[in-house]
Amino acid sequence: MSDLPVLLEARAVAKHFGGVKALRDVSLTIRQGEVYGLIGPNGAGKTTFFNCMTGLYVPDGGGFVFAGAPLVADAPHRAAERGIARTFQNIRLFGNMTALENVMVGRHVRTRAGVFGAILRNGATRDEEAAIRRRAEELLHYVGIDDRADDLAKNLSYGDQRRLEIARALATEPKLLCLDEPAAGMNGTETEELRVLIEGIRADGTTILLIEHDVKLVMGLCDRVAVLDYGALVIEDVPAVVQHDPRVIEAYIGVAA
Amino acid sequence: MNKWLTPRSSLGLVLVAAALIALPFIAGMGGQAWVRILNFAILYAFLALGLNIVVGFAGLLDLGYIAFYAVGAYTWALLASPHFGLHLPFWAILPIGAVLACAAGALLGAPTLKLRGDYLAIVTLGFGEIVRIFMNNLNAPVNITNGAQGITLIDPVIIGQFKFSATSTIFGITVSGPQKYYYLLVLLALGVILVNYRLQHSRIGRAWQAIREDEIAAKAIGINTRNVKLLAFAMGASFGGIAGGIFAAMQGFVSPESFSLIESIMILAMVVLGGMGHIPGVILGAVLLTILPEALRYAVVPVQKALFGEVLADPESLRMLVFGLALVLVMRFRPAGLWPSPERRRELAEKVR
Amino acid sequence: MDILLQQIINGLVQGSIYAMVALGYTMVYGIMGLINFAHGEVVMIGTLVAISIVTLLVQSGMPPALAGAFGVAGAALVCMALGWSLERVAYRPLRQAQRLAPLITAIGCSIVLQNLAMMIWGRNYMTFPPLIEKTQFEFAGASFTSVQVMIVTVAALSMSGLLFLVYRTKLGMAMRATAQNPAVAGLMGVNANRVISSAFVVGSALGAVAGVMVGTYYEIAHYQMGFMLGLKAFTAAVLGGIGNLAGAMAGGVLLGLIEALGAGYIGDLTGGFLGSHYQDIFAFAVLIIVLMFRPSGLFGEKTGDRA
Repeated sequence: MSDLPVLLEARAVAKHFGGVKALRDVSLTIRQGEVYGLIGPNGAGKTTFFNCMTGLYVPDGGGFVFAGAPLVADAPHRAAERGIARTFQNIRLFGNMTALENVMVGRHVRTRAGVFGAILRNGATRDEEAAIRRRAEELLHYVGIDDRADDLAKNLSYGDQRRLEIARALATEPKLLCLDEPAAGMNGTETEELRVLIEGIRADGTTILLIEHDVKLVMGLCDRVAVLDYGALVIEDVPAVVQHDPRVIEAYIGVAA
Repeated sequence: MNKWLTPRSSLGLVLVAAALIALPFIAGMGGQAWVRILNFAILYAFLALGLNIVVGFAGLLDLGYIAFYAVGAYTWALLASPHFGLHLPFWAILPIGAVLACAAGALLGAPTLKLRGDYLAIVTLGFGEIVRIFMNNLNAPVNITNGAQGITLIDPVIIGQFKFSATSTIFGITVSGPQKYYYLLVLLALGVILVNYRLQHSRIGRAWQAIREDEIAAKAIGINTRNVKLLAFAMGASFGGIAGGIFAAMQGFVSPESFSLIESIMILAMVVLGGMGHIPGVILGAVLLTILPEALRYAVVPVQKALFGEVLADPESLRMLVFGLALVLVMRFRPAGLWPSPERRRELAEKVR
Repeated sequence: MDILLQQIINGLVQGSIYAMVALGYTMVYGIMGLINFAHGEVVMIGTLVAISIVTLLVQSGMPPALAGAFGVAGAALVCMALGWSLERVAYRPLRQAQRLAPLITAIGCSIVLQNLAMMIWGRNYMTFPPLIEKTQFEFAGASFTSVQVMIVTVAALSMSGLLFLVYRTKLGMAMRATAQNPAVAGLMGVNANRVISSAFVVGSALGAVAGVMVGTYYEIAHYQMGFMLGLKAFTAAVLGGIGNLAGAMAGGVLLGLIEALGAGYIGDLTGGFLGSHYQDIFAFAVLIIVLMFRPSGLFGEKTGDRA
């Protein structure tokens, strides 16, 4: 794996809230085409790391290099433009829009039509609109909820909402797809279906960053895993090594009695 | 496309068109005053639909919308009146007014659109007041706006030899000035309805709705929320500017009094009362809120006389009292507006359950 | 120098009135996130009620100071009842409705109250009878009156009373808890309805006192006086960071000072281009500028986006 080109590099990223150090100089490297897991106990700084990377937070130190160029902090829409898409731990869909519309909005960053196009509805705009709709329908089919296309997002079941959020993220054509605890609250069957979906996405060439509590899922799915504890990187390696590292066990179980 | 033009819907369309054409003559039978009221109803519908882009689509609470209307009105007044001795043609002034209003919108919006809802509301409100205060006082040391007296003798809309302010006979039918303006206003209103409708169902319209639903998620999928909001703000402002220009031409007179905060609030009330974001609802709101106070003006005195045999309360204040009560009652019993969009109605039904 | 001092004195007096009214806005906003647009009208009603009571009592031979005390008490009672009913009748049914519905209701209430006041008290300006003897004091080249001293003193006392209520009593604790998190406060046994009602009642009482202050200061009153006053006070509340009591007080005083100094110096600042009738612009211009750099007001908490 180590010969693959680097897609994302975090360089000594630091973030604190008041006196709390949420991230202490975290450096890690994600390579193209891999599924990269980020795990750690609650409050270890995983989501904070996500938020720094996707531009929701401005890091207090360090920065990110993505696909060969630095990421600008404090501009989430830029991150999506560059090819980073994400889902949220507590699902953030546009509840009063239909499933299809949710995915159609996801095409925003890859389409052009402006106000004048919308008002004049010229040929180019109509073609683009049709392409947006077609792609959105394909994506709903891809994640397996095409039969719910016209339902309001908030009326979907929990598992379908997770899928819809992934479809919306995929609509932005990401190079890197970041999933924040996608299996949270899912039962065994749903988790298994999710695993299949993620493997499919990876097989289609999208790199995946996965934050997850379900250690079994992470270890089975990821090519490499990083462990955060108290905002610091404990280890970054293949699952087999991480699993048996005493520091990791300590971080999860607490100081060995 | 053809599914819209079934025999039934074409018949409906013809009937609506006939009604729209006949309306000013029916209203004219009750006197030209009623045609003017009708014109204001359409003008307010135009304004309300402009504000609907800002409030209904993008979810930005703008309490200073009247300022853009004022910019348009004063642009027309200054460029087509004896005040500066300028008499530019309407096809030049109207776009200038729209562009200036748009610029004012961008100027206000660029630094303030990051503020959250209620803060944005008070900032826009303050902006509206600032514009009004300037109009009221920019008569010294250089007389620009003629202060509180306002500007008079403003040119009407003139296209070629066709003067919208004068009565003339077309094909043997006598058409009054207000009736001519009526048709102009209807055309403009149809334009803004089309714009509203097309925007709503477009890439930009979806982005607005996404921002309204969840701004953080909208950012995360790559929507430049600041620009997209600014777009809504500037568009709404441009429509305000156009409406203002027509208002100045129609009245022949503008003064700062017409652009007070209560006017901004009235237009917002039209949008919310009718059904925010729902185009037919907004039109209904505008028409009702324009006609209702006028109708009350005629009803208040006779009703009192019939009930008590004398006029007990000052008709003007009673009229406004009833109006205020109407606002409270509509919101109490139809919090999503009189004619909300089907989706909104569904949302509400769910909440009750 | 004496102009500066004079304007500072004037600004402080005006500012304490703003602060008193601003507290009414900020308490309601802090607890339930509602802009109670009708609050300015409540203040206006307070002023007019006080005029009626004081005029009546003075005519029947009561000493003005005592009549004034009755006037304040009467105005406070009427306003408290009014504030309570507003919340109960107009706002409470809308607590679950879309965000703009209560705002329109508030505007409707404001129109109703204004026109009701016009029907009761007429459309003419009314003279507010003097409550205390107006004596002039000189200090370092600036002058101030006993009325001004009284206004600042009463404002300071009322606001201390409010702080005591909010930070030292059980009701205050319930209020703060509800403002922080209504759901959790409810679980802890706080009756949210009671807390919200009290916020309206207490805010209206402060508004009534402020109304009497305005009346004694300007010596006139009018059914339309509440609108601009309310607007300025709300601006002050936002300036300080809405929802924050200390912020409303500081914002009020600051706004008073800015206006007074602005009016005193605007001619010099603009080379005579803009005159003192631009006074009202300052309030809003400063507000816009402050919010551009501090989006949550001067003392507001930073509300970070949570992902």
